[in-house]
Amino acid sequence: MKVRQFSATLLLSAVCLCVASLGSVARAADKVKIGFVSTLSGPSSALGVDIRDAFMLALKLNGGKVGGLPAEVLIADDQFKPDVAKELFDKMVQKDHVDFLTGVVFSNILMAALPSTDESGIMYLSPNAAPSPLAGKQCSANFFAVAWPNDAYHEAAGQYATNKGVKTAYLLAPNYQAGQDSLAGFKRFYKGKVVGEVYTKLGQLDYSAELAEIRAAKPEVMFVFLPGGMGVNFIKQFMAAGLAKDTKLLVPGFGDDQDIIRGVGADMLGVFDTSHWGLDLANASNKKFVAEFEKEYKRLPTIYAAQGYDTALLMDAAVRASAGNLGDKDLLRKNIMDAKFSSVRGDFKFNTNHFPIQTYYLREIQKDAQGRLVNKIVGQPIMTNHGDAYVKDCPLH
Amino acid sequence: MSSILLVEQALNGLQFGLMLFLLASGLTLVFGIMDMINLAHGALYMVGAFLAAWLYGYTESFALSVLCSMALTSLLGMVLEVTLLRTLYARDHLSQVLATFALILILNESVKMIWGTDLPLSTPAQLSGPIEILPGLLYPSYRLVLIGMGLLLALGLYILVNHTKLGAWVRAGASDRQMALSMGINIKALFTAVFGLGAAMCAFSGAMLAPLLAVQVGMGENILILAFVVIVIGGIGSIWGAFVGSLLVGVVDTLGRGLLPHLLGLFLPPMWASAAGPSLASIMVYVLMAGVLFFRPQGLFNSKS
Repeated sequence: MKVRQFSATLLLSAVCLCVASLGSVARAADKVKIGFVSTLSGPSSALGVDIRDAFMLALKLNGGKVGGLPAEVLIADDQFKPDVAKELFDKMVQKDHVDFLTGVVFSNILMAALPSTDESGIMYLSPNAAPSPLAGKQCSANFFAVAWPNDAYHEAAGQYATNKGVKTAYLLAPNYQAGQDSLAGFKRFYKGKVVGEVYTKLGQLDYSAELAEIRAAKPEVMFVFLPGGMGVNFIKQFMAAGLAKDTKLLVPGFGDDQDIIRGVGADMLGVFDTSHWGLDLANASNKKFVAEFEKEYKRLPTIYAAQGYDTALLMDAAVRASAGNLGDKDLLRKNIMDAKFSSVRGDFKFNTNHFPIQTYYLREIQKDAQGRLVNKIVGQPIMTNHGDAYVKDCPLH
Repeated sequence: MSSILLVEQALNGLQFGLMLFLLASGLTLVFGIMDMINLAHGALYMVGAFLAAWLYGYTESFALSVLCSMALTSLLGMVLEVTLLRTLYARDHLSQVLATFALILILNESVKMIWGTDLPLSTPAQLSGPIEILPGLLYPSYRLVLIGMGLLLALGLYILVNHTKLGAWVRAGASDRQMALSMGINIKALFTAVFGLGAAMCAFSGAMLAPLLAVQVGMGENILILAFVVIVIGGIGSIWGAFVGSLLVGVVDTLGRGLLPHLLGLFLPPMWASAAGPSLASIMVYVLMAGVLFFRPQGLFNSKS
């Protein structure tokens, strides 16, 4: 008797479970739940705050909706710690049952947290971090790099130096994985001579020893990958040493964006960078974005902001194309790949590894009409239809 | 590796060391005299830099901004001492570390609320370029000013500590607090004055380094670690030790970064040298500290030994 009762209960619960799971597949969602995990406190928070602000701005301009459905955004701070991000991802997947995850700024944090989404089949739209392992062998069906592959800015910088016929270049980056990747990216497309390649301590304050070496080497171009405060320190000291007279400073687009300009000030004039986006890109979507962002937050948007905004637009287009049927993962994946939306960077498309193929520009820091320092796109695009070097290792099709 | 480059690197080491000294001197006095671990020392350095950058917008005079910033930071330091830190002297080091760590977080967030995460401050225009100090040796003129000011302040501090009554009290307090108390020295007022002086030195180094470094929230924690290395090497409570320790750390760090890759290149294949050079250079300072502690666990010049 006991046994029969037990099996009946088991059967009943199995049926219930089946119905419940069937229900969730067939039913069209009545709202979209988005988990947004980013670095929102501490010295490195400026980047995450810009992504969040632009993402929320896009939703606000859209009447608080994503793909026609009311959006609920759960915002959480990873405190610049991989383990915290991993916990937040797990909580949002298992407890909050979000439909999308997004927001992470830093590659090392993403690499720690991403496995949580992979097991659950939840789509992760990356507004910034796009580390090379995820483009190649470890590529994932549920990961989409909305911004640019981690190597791309450095590759574009190398290509620019080659196009310009630069004979001698000096390279400097912090001594960690992303630093080594960036210089490798530069060298992949630079055909001239590398007269110096220096790796400094992560978080280094004073660069006088390196600057003395650079002065002695007299390179035509100095390519520097130094994110955040390290970049501010280096650029200030580079200018104070008077090296800008003989050597042109070239940095990846995030290396001289508004957050760095705020820290360095007027010395930034004339610094060159490479980027997939610019304030002055002349398309309707970008004009609207820049104007609305400035109106809402009283500051100019950075590259990070542009990426956050694009991520929201992409999500909107994909949910709309799926007609709210978020349970059908294959359909949703296809609709993300083919999403039709007006990106602020202009046209781009996803490669088979879910990383973008797009155009990269040269920008120079100049004064705008109001006398503010801004990055302006100069000359022809450096690279068009540029993907990444790792796609051949990715088993996705 | 030419001799010109060697001279330049030596100057760089001297300049970095002198700036570290300004921070470490205050830290070592507070640690030595009051037996107090003040982690918030670096936060005062940050406040000094932010104040100078902010005041520059109003005064448009670099020197005036630095002076005002020193005065205001010194005032803030003394207020903190009277209201909060004074109650911690009698407690154990763990309470002091906890309380002053909380102070770091509070000061960081306050600065963020008042000024945002960062402020720009450029080198004064007349000092912005390099000058030729030896034939073929161009050196940033601002860094020369830093060396000059650093030496001047070190000399001033030496005279203050070794040739004035206040200095005698400070030295007495550092070597034997109980005895100093029983000789009728007003320890309370002395502590407040020392703390104010330390804060002013912090503000000076923060403000003077602001044109070279990022003025941003959290800048104090980066440099505080080096300042602690300096006072551990020099011996806690000793101004002379802080001076020698700072120069050692500055020169070893700078020359390590400049020379090590070249030296390794002489007897290692280039690929190994370029991989090992940067890693070795970044731990040179700590190797130095470990070496000093091995032979002299009390530091080079301990005031209590």
